[in-house]
Amino acid sequence: MTGLKCRLCGKLYGKDEALNFCTDDFGPLEVAYDYDAVARVFSRQTVAARPRTMWRYRELLPVDGEPTVGVHVGCTPLIRADRLAKALGVAELYLKNDAVNHPSLSFKDRVVAVALSKAVEMGFQTVGCASTGNLAGSVAANAAAAGLDAYVLIPEGLEQGKVLGATIYGAKVVAVRGNYDHVNRLCSQIAFRYGWGFVNVNLRPFYAEGSKSMGYEIAEDLGWRAPDHVVAPMAGGSLIGKLHKAFHELDRLGMLEAPVRTRMFGAQAAGCNPISNTVKTGARKVKPVRDPDTIAKSLAIGDPADGWFASQLIQETGGWSEDVSDDAIIDGMRLLAETEGIWAETAGGVTLAVAKKLIEEGRIDRDGSTVLCITGNGLKTQEALLERIPQPVVIKPSLEEFEALVEQGDEVFDHARLATA
Amino acid sequence: MPVVRIPTPLRPQAGGLDKIEAAGSTVGEVLADLGRQHPAIRERLFDGAEIRRFVNVYVNNEDVRFLDDLDTPVGEKDEVAIIPAVAGG
Repeated sequence: MTGLKCRLCGKLYGKDEALNFCTDDFGPLEVAYDYDAVARVFSRQTVAARPRTMWRYRELLPVDGEPTVGVHVGCTPLIRADRLAKALGVAELYLKNDAVNHPSLSFKDRVVAVALSKAVEMGFQTVGCASTGNLAGSVAANAAAAGLDAYVLIPEGLEQGKVLGATIYGAKVVAVRGNYDHVNRLCSQIAFRYGWGFVNVNLRPFYAEGSKSMGYEIAEDLGWRAPDHVVAPMAGGSLIGKLHKAFHELDRLGMLEAPVRTRMFGAQAAGCNPISNTVKTGARKVKPVRDPDTIAKSLAIGDPADGWFASQLIQETGGWSEDVSDDAIIDGMRLLAETEGIWAETAGGVTLAVAKKLIEEGRIDRDGSTVLCITGNGLKTQEALLERIPQPVVIKPSLEEFEALVEQGDEVFDHARLATA
Repeated sequence: MPVVRIPTPLRPQAGGLDKIEAAGSTVGEVLADLGRQHPAIRERLFDGAEIRRFVNVYVNNEDVRFLDDLDTPVGEKDEVAIIPAVAGG
């Protein structure tokens, strides 16, 4: 990396500035690279010779020395999903499964690995984040392993799995009475006031770059090709842009088989759809959602920082955005689990349900290649399912009872669900 | 008089202050008075007459986009906070 650059006015900042916005116009700062210098030392062969972690693409990540935090993160499976493809009526479908990312079971381990490696380089001892849940666990876990103190701020009322998944690591977890946007605003004030390294506030330019690793891995595992379509969940709207940036960087470095023509598709919940609403209405500004209301709590950001860029990118690449109801989210989670054996969190249900809708609407070509980004693990959002999926059928430890059960047919398992619904 | 809270990285443009009293009965008036006191802040907050895309403004705890934007009323004891929009996610 060479430094930070304002996405609006181009003003340059040093590469060790813990700053997320341009002090001239409040524009987002983004990491800048010298791609010619990268091209001299980085190739498919460089990548292939390295261990299967996100750091095999380290020249394109903003860490100067050896990464010190999250050294095992990334290189999650890219799965050819033929059974799901058949159910959705498409020819070539893949799942990028960050539900099994190390160590905290979400794609957030990627961004945290970069942000906290950078925090260590910069000498921060206390780090923190504003989180809808997955980031909380990732910051807490990775900070613990790095010996850093962590403040994790979350909205009150998150899923137990997300809360426990942060407190277990000894982080100082603070639940704020309000929604994520309230938490985020508070963290913007805390980070600078205390001089701490908040991964998605003052360390955000570095943090956000970590998401690119998901894109590099997708392209490498497709045989150094960018797919025709990517469907990504959108909360703050950063991931979708970084996936696309990753493909373009590889292309620019001459590492892809063919030019990038990927159309980007963004997935949101109907109860919190500021970005999909912007795309669908062609609005000039992202209208924030005041009171997000969806079971996809990890996507419940009413005022997405990268909403504008995400909506622009979607339109520029010929993609689209949709949002889906809570019932459709549950159906999406079940379809993914029942066809591919992957239990994603609610956000995964959003991605799947939106993909289904876009395919049915003809927005995604049935004969192209499509990658769905699964960003979190279903174990952490169990509350969403408890009342909505079958309970076990209970029998005595008797062969006769089991035989009687089998004779009743498969419906008895669905009836068990209806009885509790 | 209403008080405006300045984001820490912009304090050099605001005489090193973290809170500044500014007169006015709407957000627009209060920010205009702030701009008269500290012209360097004004040019950073506004693009012409409009608040820049990545600047969020709150009155007490409410985003003015959910109220009446620059016409949002501000009381004598209210706090107007300027918060950079590019955080989180």
